[in-house]
Amino acid sequence: MPDELIVNGTPHPLPQDPRVTLLDFLRHDLGLTGTKKGCDHGQCGACTVIVNGLRINSCLTLAAMHEGHQVTTIEGLGIADEPSPLQRAFVEHDGFQCGYCTPGQICSATAMLDEIANGWPSDASETLDGPFEASGAEIRERMSGNLCRCGAYANIVAAIRHVAESEPAA
Amino acid sequence: MSVHVKQDKPATDNRLDTMRQGVIGKPVSRIEGLAKVTGTAPYAAEYPVEGCVEGVLVTATITRGTIVRIDAESALAMPGVIAVIDDERLTTRPAQGTANEAPQQKPRTICYWGQPIALVVAESFEQARDAARHLVVEYKPDEAAPVEADPSIAEEQEDETVREGNLDKAMSDAAFAVDVTYTTKGHASAAMEPHAAIAQWDGERLTVHASLQMLNYNITELSDALDLPEDRIRLISRYVGGGFGSKLGISEEAVAASIAAMQLERPVRVVMSRQQVFQSIMRRSETTQRLRLACDADGRLTGFGHEALVSNLPGEEFAEPVLQSSHFLYPGEHRELVLKLARIHRMTAGSVRAPGEAVGMPTLEAAMDVLAERAGIDPVELRLRNIPDKDPEQGLPFSSHKLAECLRQGAEAFGWDSAPRRPRLRREGEWWIGTGMASAARVHNVAEARARVTLKADGTALVETDMTDIGTGTYTIVAQIAGEMLGLRPDQVLVDLGDSNHPRGPGSGGSWGAPSIGSAVYVACMAIREALADTLGIDETALVLADAKAGNGTPLTELLGGKDLVREGHYEPGKITDDYLASGFGAFFAEVRVNHYTGETRVNRMLGAFGFGRVLNAKTARSQCLGGITWSIGMALTEALEFDPRDGHLVNRDLAEYHVPVHRDVPDLDVVLVEERDAAASIIQAKGIGELGMCGGAAAIANAIYNACGARVFDYPMTPDRVLAAMPD
Repeated sequence: MPDELIVNGTPHPLPQDPRVTLLDFLRHDLGLTGTKKGCDHGQCGACTVIVNGLRINSCLTLAAMHEGHQVTTIEGLGIADEPSPLQRAFVEHDGFQCGYCTPGQICSATAMLDEIANGWPSDASETLDGPFEASGAEIRERMSGNLCRCGAYANIVAAIRHVAESEPAA
Repeated sequence: MSVHVKQDKPATDNRLDTMRQGVIGKPVSRIEGLAKVTGTAPYAAEYPVEGCVEGVLVTATITRGTIVRIDAESALAMPGVIAVIDDERLTTRPAQGTANEAPQQKPRTICYWGQPIALVVAESFEQARDAARHLVVEYKPDEAAPVEADPSIAEEQEDETVREGNLDKAMSDAAFAVDVTYTTKGHASAAMEPHAAIAQWDGERLTVHASLQMLNYNITELSDALDLPEDRIRLISRYVGGGFGSKLGISEEAVAASIAAMQLERPVRVVMSRQQVFQSIMRRSETTQRLRLACDADGRLTGFGHEALVSNLPGEEFAEPVLQSSHFLYPGEHRELVLKLARIHRMTAGSVRAPGEAVGMPTLEAAMDVLAERAGIDPVELRLRNIPDKDPEQGLPFSSHKLAECLRQGAEAFGWDSAPRRPRLRREGEWWIGTGMASAARVHNVAEARARVTLKADGTALVETDMTDIGTGTYTIVAQIAGEMLGLRPDQVLVDLGDSNHPRGPGSGGSWGAPSIGSAVYVACMAIREALADTLGIDETALVLADAKAGNGTPLTELLGGKDLVREGHYEPGKITDDYLASGFGAFFAEVRVNHYTGETRVNRMLGAFGFGRVLNAKTARSQCLGGITWSIGMALTEALEFDPRDGHLVNRDLAEYHVPVHRDVPDLDVVLVEERDAAASIIQAKGIGELGMCGGAAAIANAIYNACGARVFDYPMTPDRVLAAMPD
């Protein structure tokens, strides 16, 4: 599929202007404004999306670099009638206040739990070899790229732990 | 039909407690929660507007002076560029909270580095950004531009000054005394959503989607800036990605977008970059504070001194109200409180979450810890011995005062050890472990508010007001108040906020949103209850509403007989604000570890106990407290605006260099919500909770650092270098 990238299962032509970041492509060109711009410099994590299964800051990459890639945004994780387990847990545990960092937190947490399940170590890990548990310390370290200025961290960690404990990754 | 209630007396009837729906105070999940977690809640920049073009602000690269020439052609020659806007009506500072008039305009006069001076508009964001960078601007700099606060030329804020008795003598006569000076660095709100606006002009009316906290004031500020009557402006702020004071007033991007939209007759979107938000929106002033505390042998305060130096731009009235809670928190008949303001050329100083107490309380409460040590009294006990029975300066009664309960319940929940304290009692490997505590106080504010409630013929309700929800939980608590009063579940109440066409509330700021708008909703619902009681031929006090039915089993739909019942509630605080001193109180407890070799501090656990009147929603109120405690951690350990001493430009103008707490900085936190009804705070017995959670918390961490390792640090934030320098051998 030349000159296209796939967002939430739907192919879209790449933008004409090579300067368009993946973030601005999603927000401006596709109208997928669930992905947020907080800093445009990879410093806050609000723009986190999942590309080919891995979480990235979509502001730090150009749309043109993702030809043929599979991009999953918050809109692709769940909808109001059918929220993902993390989306549901964030509501239940009040893992947000203003809601602006929230899609990034949820995309990041979704991929982060896969990283733990796949045995990737972190700075909080005792050893380099897994398996690792989604402990509070592991979650806090691995989620530290996603800022929340409202200060909902304690509830975000509770929401993620709730999902990790109730639905262990395969 | 509008119903006006002016509250001159305490509302001791506690009517909300007598209702039967059972939703008030309950930990109801946010009613807008699914929209936020699925990414479908639209923030200011996210409305799909046909033909919208993109504006990017250009900012000054000198500190003070004038613009001689803007070479518009340098940008207009670039691809896609539509216009360079350098209209004299462009605003160059954000409006202060509740200013109700345009902030400083005349963009060709430069007062600080990073001031907005022009707007470049292009077909695409990439084109506008590129052209804005290439716009050629010629300046004529002025020489004199002080950028550091000089105490010798600071202006005393006489409204704040209190001099009673003889503090010097009280200090020399005291059994124990403390005379210490602290500094605090400037802070940024750093709300996650950058300031943004989309302006649309139809030739007659201007519609602006913007990220704002106080539409009732913002519409007047925008009207004044544009010289366009208010009735031709509509502001919409349904979702606000954090405020913390930074969106109290109309800011530069909304005015620029409006001017551009009217000039070009096309919709224009302007979103500030993160750097622009840092350098041209509010900063919290840095402070220097001297604390003098004198007590008798039993630890009772006889003298109380608090002097503070803060700064702002020339022309700004705002002076960080550092002494706000110092006026009433502790007694001491010999008092000296003085606030001074120095004029300097850094960006506008204004409200950042909990203006005043955010920096005044952490210094006072750190000084109290020094006093407790000198007097040999447990820090919790020292505070319990110094709770005044009335306002120590004006003699007013307190509306309600829960500091003692907060101290006791907090100490118990935390497991506070009241045995004699000294530093360095516990070490684990490289880490010293210690505990500390502090009191919390934040003045209570409440304001005039209007809300329209419609009990619809289908048995659901609609609440309309221009009030905003900036993450505080307004949507949900409004649904709970209306639901409780009208016998509906919160999901049967549609809450429509953030539209200036609706009845006006005071907006979100100073923690006054919930008590104010909640009271207006209460007043409207009470009027609806009276109408329903009339229909049933009973007294309102005998009316029972629950599960969409009256007490006699008649469904609401039947009572309404196919018609909507509409009432506008207009609440106004009257004499209660003059007759009582109202404040939220609390207590913080922290355990930290401090690295002996690096001076790094980590918070192991932290707890806050707070009394703030009626809890409207136990879940969202707790979240507000968690947020405040998180800000306390930032203020204590990492947050500091750093300015270049040569030109006053903000050096750390992004989120990589200005360090807000991240996940790993914040441990499990505990919150104790202390039961309280404050009848003189608002008609719903509620006070605000958006700010109390950070009013003193940094001192609990500072005091824990001392208890852990023996380092008394007198400068916030307590970064590793500062802790290490104060660490005993």
